[in-house]
Amino acid sequence: MSPVVAAAGLGHVYGAVRALDGLSFAVAPGELYGLIGADGAGKTTALRILAGLIVPQRGSARVVGLDPADTRSGVRESLGYMPQRYSLYGDLSVAENLRFFARLFCLSRREYAERSARLLAITRLEKFAGRPAEQLSGGMYKKLALACALLHRPRVLLLDEPTNGVDPVSRLDLWELLYEFVAEGMAVVVSTPYMDEAERCHRVGLVHHGRLLLEGEPRALVAGFTDAVLQVAGAAECVEPVLERAGADVVAVAPLGGALRVVVRRGASAGLRRALAAAGAQVEPLRPNFEDLFLAQAAGGAPAGEAAA
Amino acid sequence: MNARRVLAVARKETLHVWRDPRSLGMALAIPALMMFLFGYALTLDVDNVPLAVWDQSGTPESRELLSRFEGSRYFDVRLGALGYPEIERAILDREVMAAVVIPWDFAARLNASPPAPVQFLLDGSDANTATIALGYAEGVARSYTIEDAARRAAASGVPAHAAPLELRSRVWFNEDLESKNFIVPGLIAVIMMVIAALLTSLTIAREWEQGTMEQLVSTPVTGNEIIAGKLLPYFALGMIDLAVSVVIGKYLFDVPLRGSVALLVASSAAFLVGGLSMGMLFSIVARSQLLATQLALMITFLPAFLLSGFVFAIGNMPRPIQVATHVVPARYLVSLLRGIYLKGVGLEVLAGELALLAAFGAAVLFAASRKFRKKLE
Repeated sequence: MSPVVAAAGLGHVYGAVRALDGLSFAVAPGELYGLIGADGAGKTTALRILAGLIVPQRGSARVVGLDPADTRSGVRESLGYMPQRYSLYGDLSVAENLRFFARLFCLSRREYAERSARLLAITRLEKFAGRPAEQLSGGMYKKLALACALLHRPRVLLLDEPTNGVDPVSRLDLWELLYEFVAEGMAVVVSTPYMDEAERCHRVGLVHHGRLLLEGEPRALVAGFTDAVLQVAGAAECVEPVLERAGADVVAVAPLGGALRVVVRRGASAGLRRALAAAGAQVEPLRPNFEDLFLAQAAGGAPAGEAAA
Repeated sequence: MNARRVLAVARKETLHVWRDPRSLGMALAIPALMMFLFGYALTLDVDNVPLAVWDQSGTPESRELLSRFEGSRYFDVRLGALGYPEIERAILDREVMAAVVIPWDFAARLNASPPAPVQFLLDGSDANTATIALGYAEGVARSYTIEDAARRAAASGVPAHAAPLELRSRVWFNEDLESKNFIVPGLIAVIMMVIAALLTSLTIAREWEQGTMEQLVSTPVTGNEIIAGKLLPYFALGMIDLAVSVVIGKYLFDVPLRGSVALLVASSAAFLVGGLSMGMLFSIVARSQLLATQLALMITFLPAFLLSGFVFAIGNMPRPIQVATHVVPARYLVSLLRGIYLKGVGLEVLAGELALLAAFGAAVLFAASRKFRKKLE
């Protein structure tokens, strides 16, 4: 199916900071696409460009085939956007916020009544309809913001870190909600810094320094991961010299509880295990996950220490 | 522009105002407060000038002269002095502002070889009040002179030889020359200017500061719809402020409203659109509530207060400043309101000023609309 969201070679610089450096991706209807990356990778800038809030300095963005920055093209009616920052009116109640956005999209009274009732029901916010938005918990607030972005039934939904600051239960709720709308054919682009959430997306793009490092289905990406992952426990003064000596074979090191999670080139894995054991460390192999993939990829372009930070 | 979206923004903005009792209270209290403060305190009338008298002469003639000072509502005799040191101390202590000294030979000079000198001492440190007090004193002296001459003529049987020139003054529009009649209409203009710019200076900056603009920008609402929607509730609030000011002026200060109320409302409305748009423009440019408010206060209040002719007559200003007053919109509203209030004139006289106000409103509104970018950067 032809994509409804298309970013082609997006480039954007704020002062001395290069936020985007040739980012390209496309999303089809009914697809849940994840932009995965650390803070400052350029995810927010990319979503703001797609939402028409920023005009990119290089490249082009298309949403349902239109330029999102062109307010007169009617593109906004097809677009739902949920910013990362709190951006609803705190002094307005849940219902008043919904009604305001319904009016901005010129929904009829009946459409508003039906859709808000349904959205309030599935977000379980009915009981709080009269509560000011500023008095909602983080999870409830995000659900309200999502409801506000969904009222006009957009064909494309852009969510900037929707699960940031949300408890695990509400997080699950949010994902369940997204699946419902995606099943109805909506294209969803969601950004998140949480690697564990990547596996919930149909397709993900790994963003690093404003560029796409890797793109594909999360399971396939992890399955195709060629490096080994070791859990290393032991005194730092014993372990660190060994890892340093291994040099480029050690792709990434991340703390894991009291131990270290070490990503190592597959061929060098056996040798490193022996060296670590000799230094008195306990080593166990781990199943690679998305975070290892990300760290290994990010390390390709930057020192491992910076990527882990 | 889509009317439904304009109304949506207007309703939302009304809720903000309604939910924030502090700003609502301020919007309604500031006009009343300014009316009380300026209406009572900013009086230019000089009444009851405190006066010391030193009657060295102690004759029927000197007592007759002093009784005229005592009887005048412009003077209040506070001290019967017995020497210059006492008068000097009273002026230094600000117990009195002026002193009348009648020499010991007053009656003799008056009867034998007029004119008889009478000393009038005046504290000139407040030049304005001193000038007015001097005028009053001269008036008292003149009326004494005229009546004294008439009495002498009658006594000697010679036909009364009237003073060669008599000025018969009739004051129009403000018969009692009360300064409140002059201050209050101008004050309404100043209040409208300050309130209007203050009310809207917060609105758009607040959306930027609180991050709500990001969500707003992603919807189909256009910049003009946002501006129009935000203007509506504050326009209503501004008109309420106008009503409050007019009612206080009428019932508390008794300022006559001789002209057309419709014209008063129309010219204030035109002015209000300009003032509100100006606040909006500050809000758009500053993107910070604090900065926008400061801009609104600085740029509207001072010129409206100093250069509008509200207190200081434009005709008395140096030429370059007179020219500068033409870009102070409050100037036109001040003269419109004075014309309507005191002279009761209508469009036949005031059309030019009204047209300028309408042009000012349209220009600022246009500038705000042009300046507002529905983009994050």
